[in-house]
Amino acid sequence: MVQVEALARSFGKIEAVKGVTFAIDQGEIFGFLGPNGAGKTTTINMLCTLLKPSAGRATLNGFDVQRDRSDVRRSIGLVFQQPTLDEYLTAEQNLRFHAYAYAIPRELRDRRARELLEMVDLWDRRKTPVRNYSGGMKRRLEIARGLLHHPRVLFLDEPTLGLDPQTRRSIWTYLLDLRRREQLTIFLTTHYMDEAENADRIAVIDHGEIQALDTPAGLKAAVGGDLVTVGTADLDAAVIEIAERFDLEATRHDESLTFQVRNGESFLPEFVRSFSQPITSIGLRRPTLDDVFLDVTGHEIRDEEVGEYDQMIRSMGRGPRH
Amino acid sequence: MLRSETLRGSWVVAYREILRFVTERSRIVGSLMMPLLLLIVFGAGFTNVIGGMAPGVDYIQFMYPGIIAITVLTTSLFAGISVVWDREYGFLREILVAPISRTGIVLGKAFGATLQATLQVGLMLVLAPLLGVTLDLSIILGLIPMIVILSLGLAGLGIMMASFMRSQQGFQTLMQVIIFPLIFLAGVFFPVNQVPVWMEVVSKVNPLTYGVDAVRQVFLGAQVGAASLGVTIGGHTMTLLQDVLVVGAMSALLLGGAIWAFNRQE
Repeated sequence: MVQVEALARSFGKIEAVKGVTFAIDQGEIFGFLGPNGAGKTTTINMLCTLLKPSAGRATLNGFDVQRDRSDVRRSIGLVFQQPTLDEYLTAEQNLRFHAYAYAIPRELRDRRARELLEMVDLWDRRKTPVRNYSGGMKRRLEIARGLLHHPRVLFLDEPTLGLDPQTRRSIWTYLLDLRRREQLTIFLTTHYMDEAENADRIAVIDHGEIQALDTPAGLKAAVGGDLVTVGTADLDAAVIEIAERFDLEATRHDESLTFQVRNGESFLPEFVRSFSQPITSIGLRRPTLDDVFLDVTGHEIRDEEVGEYDQMIRSMGRGPRH
Repeated sequence: MLRSETLRGSWVVAYREILRFVTERSRIVGSLMMPLLLLIVFGAGFTNVIGGMAPGVDYIQFMYPGIIAITVLTTSLFAGISVVWDREYGFLREILVAPISRTGIVLGKAFGATLQATLQVGLMLVLAPLLGVTLDLSIILGLIPMIVILSLGLAGLGIMMASFMRSQQGFQTLMQVIIFPLIFLAGVFFPVNQVPVWMEVVSKVNPLTYGVDAVRQVFLGAQVGAASLGVTIGGHTMTLLQDVLVVGAMSALLLGGAIWAFNRQE
């Protein structure tokens, strides 16, 4: 459904995206995981014809993003980070504008609008001006609008950023349902780890490059097993004992030590039985995408202070540059 | 293919502009404030001092057509503000990713502004009988094409400016800088032939002068030229048709510039 080959984009001397290559199948949920400024939004903007690539090419639903822009636009639905609704119009008027702009036939438009508004629980509020909506309602309306013209690919750029957990869950319920019903392909960017878990495959992107690409389970498996945390009186002695006895490399922290082991569940009873020191605490944790990110990029996914670079990338995401 | 995207784009964008216009009463009042204020202040201030401009033409009758042109100006430049607002509130992205052309978007904003300007002028015309300004059907019919060509160009100017400006503050500052010389040096408040030379030169370079003169000729007919209230260039007094040609050329240029500037941004 989506083919991307060595797609790159620079802003002046800054290479925001340094040649990414990937393909997405129909009906797949594909996630772009990375910190702000990693090149997620820039890539999305190129795929949805808002930004010209500096190099490489991409096709979407069989259309080239540079040559067949209108066909690409008709094939995609977009939900941006920032709201893009006309707040002074009602939900119904916003949908009608969209229907006119995408030349949706009238009979189809009314039926689809009703179906979508009911899906996102806004049918009763359709005559309310959008400025009276809460953040979650706006995002739901944007999702409904993005689906109005039956897109083949739905782009979600940080779809639940700044929403409360309950709203995030309900939005994901809609999305998973849609994927099942309409074979919709979903392209998602996020820096929420739990959100990325919904994807079938995840590309870890950092500094404009794809660092890893696999299923969430595959990525986690590559990290190297489960994480065990142990607390004892003499941590230094414990590190030595673990190295000698189990051939595992433990890391010392202030009041505990951690190490990774395959099959943590079967390892743990044996460890407790045979360890010489009294154990004050013990914990077992499966690797998360946080660990994956740390493992792949060597640093934690961060929401660090906004540098010049990030600022520019963000303003790109906000609106057209000029 | 491209044509249908331009056509649909211009109609859908214009449709929304009108929808916004009718739901927002403050916008209607907002763009009438300036012309009304100028009409009241200058009208009350100068009528007794100046008295008649020419036989049968008092000061209000002279100034009123210019106020109509200013109404068109303030309403049309609003097209530019609406682009800046759309960018600020994000709606511009919804417009830009739709399968409609940039040219269509500019034309839609301009058509929307023209329709609004026509409606606003309609509101201003209600005042005409109160001010002793003669108004008949032929004047109204003559006014409409004048409003359209003037408005399309001024909307183009607004959109062009909005395409270059990043922030709302920047745009508003630029507007202030442009709008006042345009208004005060366009022969609205005094005949451009009867002012100091420097002012006369600036006024005759200002394309809005010809728009004001054209609207004035629609209202006052031959009286304008006869009483030397018109625009004279090298001893020749501009006729209505010549004014229309000047304004038409200016509008084509500004609208073309707006399309170019809007297409050029990424």
